[in-house]
Order: sequence, then C-alpha cells, then structure tokens
Amino acid sequence: MSVGVLTNRLPLLRIDPSRGHFKVARRAFVEPEIRDLEMSRIFARCWLYIAHESEVAKPNDFVTRTVGGRPILFLRDRDGKARGYLNICPHRGATVCREKRGSAKSFQCIYHGWVFGADGRLLDQPGKECFAPNFNADGSANLVPVPQLDEYRGFWFFNLDPKAPPLVEYLGRATEYIDKVVDQSQVGMRVIGGTQEYSIRGNWKLMAENSIDIYHGPNLHPTYIDYLQSTTGSVAPMDGTGGHAYDLGNGHGVVEYRGPWGRPVARWIPAWGESGKREIDEIRARLTERFGEQRAKRLAENSFNMLIFPNLVINDIMSITIRTFQPVSPGYMLLTAHCLGPSEESGSFLERRLNNFIEFLGPAGFATPDDIEAIETAQNSYASYGDAGWNDVSKGMPLTEQGWMDEGPIRAFWSEWNRRLTAPGD
Amino acid sequence: MAETISQRTVEEFLFEEADMLDEWRLHDWVGLFAKECRYLVPSTDVPADSAPEETLFYVADDRHRLEQRVIRLMKKTAHAEYPRSRTLHMISNVRLRGEVEGDTLATSNFATYRTNRSVTDTYIGQHRYRLTLEEGALRIKEKRTVLALDGLRPHGRISMIV
Repeated sequence: MSVGVLTNRLPLLRIDPSRGHFKVARRAFVEPEIRDLEMSRIFARCWLYIAHESEVAKPNDFVTRTVGGRPILFLRDRDGKARGYLNICPHRGATVCREKRGSAKSFQCIYHGWVFGADGRLLDQPGKECFAPNFNADGSANLVPVPQLDEYRGFWFFNLDPKAPPLVEYLGRATEYIDKVVDQSQVGMRVIGGTQEYSIRGNWKLMAENSIDIYHGPNLHPTYIDYLQSTTGSVAPMDGTGGHAYDLGNGHGVVEYRGPWGRPVARWIPAWGESGKREIDEIRARLTERFGEQRAKRLAENSFNMLIFPNLVINDIMSITIRTFQPVSPGYMLLTAHCLGPSEESGSFLERRLNNFIEFLGPAGFATPDDIEAIETAQNSYASYGDAGWNDVSKGMPLTEQGWMDEGPIRAFWSEWNRRLTAPGD
Repeated sequence: MAETISQRTVEEFLFEEADMLDEWRLHDWVGLFAKECRYLVPSTDVPADSAPEETLFYVADDRHRLEQRVIRLMKKTAHAEYPRSRTLHMISNVRLRGEVEGDTLATSNFATYRTNRSVTDTYIGQHRYRLTLEEGALRIKEKRTVLALDGLRPHGRISMIV
C-alpha cells in the first residue's frame, strides 16, 4: 500500500502490514519542495508552542522567538493579558523588538521609529502629519496578531490558522501528560533561568523521531548508562518495567516507563543519601495527600518522553525539559531547551534537578552529543536517497500493544505528517 | 602563596593545558585540577557569573563528574568524539586578576577550533580561572568558560573540552 503523493507522484510512506513494514522516503529530509509544504501545511496550521507562562510572568513582560519559521513577539499587556504578534514592522519589515526578553509598555521599530502598543496598535510615527488622517483606519499599520493564541496549564501555543480547532482539542490525550508534569507542583511550574540554545545539521523531523525513540538508548548511550551505574548506585539500568509507548492521536506520541534515574519529584536513589531520602519521602507524602496513592506513585516514579506534533518535546525524566526544534532549511534546525521545575523548589532539590538535566540532556551532556552525531550522519546519508531511499520504523509493527522500545509513536508522527502534507489544499 | 605565582608561570600552565587537550591527554588534564574543583560553562543568555546551583548551564562539573566526563570521552562509545576530533586550543590575553583567599584569579581569551567529519567549528570566549597551590603545584580550583557566542549555533554541541 502506498500513501501520500506529492507533485512528483512518488510516495512518502510505504506501509505493508503483511510484512510488518513501515518505511519513510528519505527525500522527505532533503527536498526543498517538501520543506515548503511543511511550512504551509504543518507549521502554518498546527498549534505551535511559544513559551511557558513563567517566562512572561508579570504585566509588560515579553519574549521574542522564531517559531515555525515565523518571528513572534509574545507578551503580557499591562492588564496581564497574553498577546502574540508577528515581530515584523508593518511599515517596511524590520524587526520590531530585537531583544530576547524584557519588559516594555510599547515597542519602537529602529528603522523609521514607528511605535506600537502592547495591543499591537500603531501609537505614533515620525512625520505623522504627512500621513492621511484615516491612514490606519483599517488597522493595516498595526502589528499583525497571531490568529489564535491559547494556553493549556501554563504552556502557551499559537496557531496561524484562524480555522484550526481549539488547542485543547488539538492536544487531545497529550493533556494527560502535561497534567502529570504540572501536578508535581502545588503552586505552579516555572522555567529555571538559563537556556540551552543549539543546532543540528539535520532535518527537524529527525529530532521529532529521536525524542520518542527509546530503542536507541542502550546502543547510542552506553557511556551515560555507565556513568549512572558508577555514580548513582542505581540497580537496573534502563528498567522499562511496565513501560508502554502510546499513539496519542494528532501525531502526538509518548513513551511512559520507569527510568533508572532519581527524580526530584519524587523517586529517591542511594546517591542522594539519607537526608535526600527524607526530603523525597516528604514530597511523596504530599503528592499522596493530594492525589491518592496510585496517582502519586505514577507522578513520582514514572518517566515519560512526549512529542507534541510537530516540534515540541516535553520529557519528564530525571528532570523536566521543554525542547523545541525549528526548521531553518531541510538540513538545518535550531533547538532550544529549558529546564522546568516546581516554583516552590529550591536548594538541594533544585540543584539535583539541574544536575540531572545537564548530565544527560543538552549539547554538553553525556548523551545528547551522541544523538546529534547520529542525526547528522543520517542527514549526510540522505543526499544519497536516490540509491538508498527508505528509512525503517517498523519495530513493533506486528504487535497490538507497543512496548516502550517499539517505534509506534514514531509511526504516529509520520502518519500525521503524511496526512497533513498530502491533504488537499493550498 | 598567591603572590609568588608569576604571569609567566600562569601562561606556561595554560599553554600546557591547551596542549594536553589538543593531544587528547585528558587524564593528565584532570590532573591539573585541585581535589575539590569545579568546571563550568554557563548558558549564554545569563550573566557570566551566574550560579550553577540555580541556573541551567551547559556544563557544571564537580570533581566526580569531571573525572567521569573524561572517562567517557576516552571511550570509543563516546560517539560524538570517536573518531576523535582534531582540536586547536588558542590561548591569548592571559591576565592575572588578583587574589581571593590566597588563590590567584586569571583569565585568558580563547579560540578553540574543532574539526570532525570535515566540518570545522570555532568556539570563542574567555576562560576564567581560580588557581591554587596544592602540595606546591599549581592547580585549578575553578575553571569557568564564558562563551562569546549566541548559544551553540552552528556547533550544536560541546562534545569535547572547549
């Protein structure tokens, strides 16, 4: 069975259940035509994560980010209402706000000095007397707002498609896992200061795959597993007992399992000592009080890696990471990683969280550089797609239930990607 | 005592460190650090003197993790660095910056070139050292590598020692 046809009439996926095959055309990582379709059919139509509420905590706070290829200015106005705009001057296109973050009541473009309020309206411009009195009556000289802006439990998203279904519907079953993160705090989560900003010379979809791919763990990351064993006294490396992989619908996927690592909320490991154990026990007790034993156990002990289609990853593992990856060209993406933690956490708890994060995660950790290496060599190979044309993501195909090391969530990603790319439309 | 450490001594020490890194003598390199030490690379969007206890860094190693980092890097299964990169650690503008509790503060500017798979990346910034005498030998109590970069783009990683 072949599905997915583009202008050159070649299929992008090759699915054959009788042989347990799920193959992805490698030209999907290379061809500019596909990249263009992704920008219009995926990044212009899906809900895209922009920021966590704690990054714009106070009135007048703002951040600027390039998301899905679009420069976005995201802010809270003086009343605390969240707003999002294309960070492009309506006059001649210069970047309106050139700082990464800050606090401002208005924004002045450097080029000709047009000034915009937090409501996006043009407040003033030099030589105003030379413009017609009704020059901006139609609002065409205001900042262009993003058509839809919404949040789920502090995670803010925008959508460039005014007709797209609501965020909560789009997230669907992924909300259950966002809940699992946010419920770890009694007062709310916060992004901890310090952003890991890096890049990979590879196609953005390779990071989507990698983020929900546990299969590669033992083979690609033995040095991290060695480190854990020598450091934490953990007994069962990569213990996936009871672990499962789920297709969450809409292209989202998750792998939930028991990792070998300690979790600041709230799974103790011997390396944290007796005082650490008392602290972790207290956190665990409070969770049990709030949610009952069963849910508290899941919140405390279970790890998950989740992809929210197309380019947001939330990993609730030895620490919590919010990772986004933005396509720049078919062979280059920009990544951003933040560490998320309960706002009430400080001292040794916070230190544990940060240590856990940078040991494994991030471009100088004991694992991520090896992921990047694998991805970049794969991207290099795809130049030869005419001769070696297909990627395989078949592991677990014949099974009714996906184990934690199967590739089911990756197939969910590709199926949604293919559906959107090949859907009739512009 | 700190006042006996000369500019020349510090320069020689830093140049020798650079050679060790370029020659992949990483176990020797760890030997340059004091028993209690820190090796830090802050994120580039926070103040250079931020505390790793409350800020996300790229690297925030104590002695144990530093040793483990080197053990990892010397393995063939540290895939990002095997086959090994060729690196060139350029050190300049070495300056002594006074003392703290008998330790000597020094800074150097750096440009480190890393070549692997025919791609050469350049890391630039300033190393900030706190140097101490331990059993008569000069040792690094803290090395803070402050990148003069906007994130790790296009490098994508700090897979070796910058």
